[in-house]
This record gives sequence, structure tokens and C-alpha cells, in this order.
Amino acid sequence: MKLSAQYNAFKTIAIKEFLRFIRIWLQTVVPPAITVALYFVIFGELIGSQIGDIDGFSYIDFIVPGLILMAVISNSYANCVSSFFSSKFHRSVEEMMISPLPNYIIVAGFVSGGMLRGIVVGVAVTIVSMFFTRLEIHSYGVTITVFILTSILFALAGFINAVYARTFDDISIIPTFILTPLTYLGGIFYSINMLPEFWQQVSLANPILYMINAFRYGLLGVTDIDLATAFIIIILFITGLFIFALQLLNKGVGIKP
Amino acid sequence: MKALEINDLHKTYGNGTQALCGVRLEVNPGDFYALLGPNGAGKSTTIGIICSLVNKTSGKVKVYGVDLDLDPATARMHIGLVPQEYNFNIFEPVGEILINQAGYYGLPRKLARERAKKYLKKLELWDRRYNMARELSGGMRRRLMIARALVHEPRLLILDEPTAGVDIEIRRSMWNFMRELNASGTTIILTTHYLEEAESLCNNIAIIDKGVTVEQTDMRSLLDRLNMETFVLYLEREINELPDCGDYHVRLVDNSTLEVDMHRGHDLNGLYARLSECNIKVVSMRNKSNRLEQLFISMLKTNNQK
Repeated sequence: MKLSAQYNAFKTIAIKEFLRFIRIWLQTVVPPAITVALYFVIFGELIGSQIGDIDGFSYIDFIVPGLILMAVISNSYANCVSSFFSSKFHRSVEEMMISPLPNYIIVAGFVSGGMLRGIVVGVAVTIVSMFFTRLEIHSYGVTITVFILTSILFALAGFINAVYARTFDDISIIPTFILTPLTYLGGIFYSINMLPEFWQQVSLANPILYMINAFRYGLLGVTDIDLATAFIIIILFITGLFIFALQLLNKGVGIKP
Repeated sequence: MKALEINDLHKTYGNGTQALCGVRLEVNPGDFYALLGPNGAGKSTTIGIICSLVNKTSGKVKVYGVDLDLDPATARMHIGLVPQEYNFNIFEPVGEILINQAGYYGLPRKLARERAKKYLKKLELWDRRYNMARELSGGMRRRLMIARALVHEPRLLILDEPTAGVDIEIRRSMWNFMRELNASGTTIILTTHYLEEAESLCNNIAIIDKGVTVEQTDMRSLLDRLNMETFVLYLEREINELPDCGDYHVRLVDNSTLEVDMHRGHDLNGLYARLSECNIKVVSMRNKSNRLEQLFISMLKTNNQK
């Protein structure tokens, strides 16, 4: 397949994936914005006022980056896992399997859908946050890069989950039991410097901590961890997950008997 | 160069089921090819392997001379598949299903839209282009799958029971469409349980049973192998006793219906002459059973005895 044809095929999947979630924006874009607004009201306005400053920022300012990134993480993951699983469920994935599409275009296409939803929801949540706090972006470059890389990473993770999933239960187990706890314990609501030494070390094993802190650096200019380490970890995860996803498709795991 | 060449194809599923044990097929360009076999014979597995939906255990598949293992992308460009079961997203609009399918084959968006329009119009679905696929009737869904399989204009179209569950009118119109398509140069492989459909449409045939190719020949030679055919003759007036028909084995079904077993070498003209002599006029006649069906059943019996 020529490069131009591959580009057309990639664009087709990306547009299809974009239309899929934007067509049902009331289910996909609005709920996370409302959820985050509630976080701002409860944790920012009501409880936050009792907590005081963290790293020189008011509590509501401190939690903004984490809440935005949490929405990006959960939505890019959810989009990819539900889209690819439902295409397996409807068997419409066969439309792609019989075509000359290379597997890396299939992965890239679905991931782009997850990334787009992460971005759309992230922007919606950012707009909501502006009603509660005044955002002054410290570094546009770091903010946008982390924003995009994180959505790619979790879209890839969602894709892999969907490849293995056999039932609708299987696509909610990982978000419920792994992703949500890791996100909440990834320093959205606190700085790891507030934890005892032992738990600080344990927290360092949580990859989401690096993303949230890198994003917080982009927005606020403060971070608990080294920025370079955060980028290396994110890129390593993306590379590893992409290769893994590709191998699963090449072997036909979950899609070819 | 063959349109499709399959050699010694084997497939053993993960649970140990041996679905294919050395299938071989040769389909010529321009063929209207029937792939027949009882349920579980391995037809769908064979099609799945040709279309890259099933991993083969061993064997070779070539599509228009292109080895599926060596250059899968080019081989797949030649193939269009209408599967047995619906496999589109029912929550997608009809038009988008076709545009996307064209896109997967690398067609630019503009051309994809033109192709979608062309085939939706041909399959009489253009008015439904904005409808969600779930809103279509069974016959329309079948036509949608045919349109989708054609949108990249494949040289080899595989139809896996395309007329299953559709009414007579739609079936007839689909037959006409398939004939036109074949006449325009598209090679067609058809699997069906309606043997009269295969007999009427196809010029070549393969029969698969228990994962092996039992027979592969042209339709004419296969039908010529029938040693005996039974015809039912409807008479103009009622008769009370069997007329003298000489060598012909004639039975009286009722007062106005005769059944005759025609062995090879016999011809109907002789029988008509005999009946005329007895002042009996035949107003219509039909085969008692489908000829291909008789052969099909006898071949499967023979294969079972092996």
C-alpha cells in the first residue's frame, strides 16, 4: 500500500473515530466536564479553602492540572477501549482486517480517535476550570506536549485492553481497579512531598504521577519530580505499548481464530 | 494466472478441531464459481483464510498470482467479501459505512464518496444513505454488504450465502445483479445452500466436505454425471391407467400426473412420441428434484463411506 493510500486510510479511521464520539457528545464530552466542575466546587471551593496553599498555590489552583489530566486519561482510554471492543463485538473490525491496511495504521487510527477525545474533553474541562480559577500557563510547550503524549499513552492502553476483552465487563475492570486508583494516587489532590518517606518512594512507581507532575509544571511551574525523567517515562511507555499493540494485531490475538 | 489458487490448505483451531485437511481450489478469472458443502464442511473457514479473517495452519493461497503470505496487501486489494452474517456497525449511517470501507483501501475521501454513491445507487440504497444501518430491513442489509464489498472494485468477489433469508423477489434481483457483475468481468465465488441458485448461476463448482475438496469441475460435466433424472409430467386430461411407454419407466402419480425416470441415453422426444400415440398431451413438466442436489447428496454419501 502506497504512503498516500496509507495516509487516506489513517484519515478515514481518524474521522470515523472522531465522528463516533462527537455524534454522542452529550454522553462523551459533557459528563466529564460536569464531574470536574463538581470536583472544583467540592474540593476547590468548599474543602480547599480549609486546606490552605500547596507549593505556593491555592488548593484549587494546585488541583487544576491533575483534574484536567485525569479527564484526558480516562477519556482517551475509554474511547479506544469502547470503540475497538465494539468493533470486535459488531464484527465491523473485519472491514479493516480484509482490507490492505497495515496493522500500524489500524493502531494509529484508533489511537488518534482516543487522543482526539482526550483533547476535546481536556479542552472542555479547561474551559470549565476557568470559571473557578485563573489559569496562567507557565510553559505552553510542556503543557501541550504532556497533554498530547498522555492521551496517546492511555489510548494505546485502552486499545490493548480492548484486544484482550471478551465481554463488556472486561473493558471496565482495568479502568475501575487499576486506572482510577493509580490516577487518584498519582498526586492530583496532593503533593507527594506531603507523604511519609516510604509512601513517597511507593508513589514513584506510579507512572501517572510523572504525567500529572509534568503537566502541573507546564501549567503552574511546580513539580515533585524531574521533568526529563517524566518525559522519558512517558515516551518509553508509549513506545512499549505501541510495539505490544502491534504484535497483538500481527498475531491476531482476540480477533482471528 | 488463476484468480484464486489454494493448495493443501490446513486449519486446526485452538480447541483441536480440524476444520480443513488439505483443501485445494482453482478459480479462473471470470468464473462464477460455486463453493458448496454441508454445514461444518469448512467453506467459511476457507473463505476466512482467503480474506485474512482466520489464521491458516499451513498451505498456500494465491490471489491473481499474489501469495497471501508474501504480499498480503496486494492480495487483499483484489478481494471483496460479502460475509454470511452482518458485520457492520449498526449505529453508523449507511453512506459512511461505504465511504469508510473505500477509505480502508486507501481511496481519497472525494473518490470514496463517488464510489459510495455509485454502489448505493446500483443497490438501490441511495435514498437510505443517511439512515443508521440498524434501520434497514434484512434485504437492505444484504444489499449494503454487497455494495460495501464492491466499493473498492475488487477483481474477485466472494459471496458467502448472500441470499440466505431474503425473499424471492430480492433473491431474483440479486441473481440478476450478480450475473451482470460477472458478465462485466468480476470473478465470483458463491457459497450457498440453495443448490438451484448454484446450478442457475455458476459455471464451475467445488464441493468441500469434512475439510477436503471432494469435487472440483465445471457445472456441465458434473451434471452430465447424473445417470438418471426423474421428471414430473402434467397431463392435459385425466387418465385411469398407465400408458404403454416401452423402455421408459413411467409411474402414475395421480390421474393427471406422471413421473418418468430418464436414464442416460434416453430422450424426452421418444417419450413424447409414445404418449402422443396414446393420445396423451403433456401440458407442462419439471424436474422432480434439483439435479445438482441429487449429485451433491450422492457425493457426500460416497465421501462418508470412505
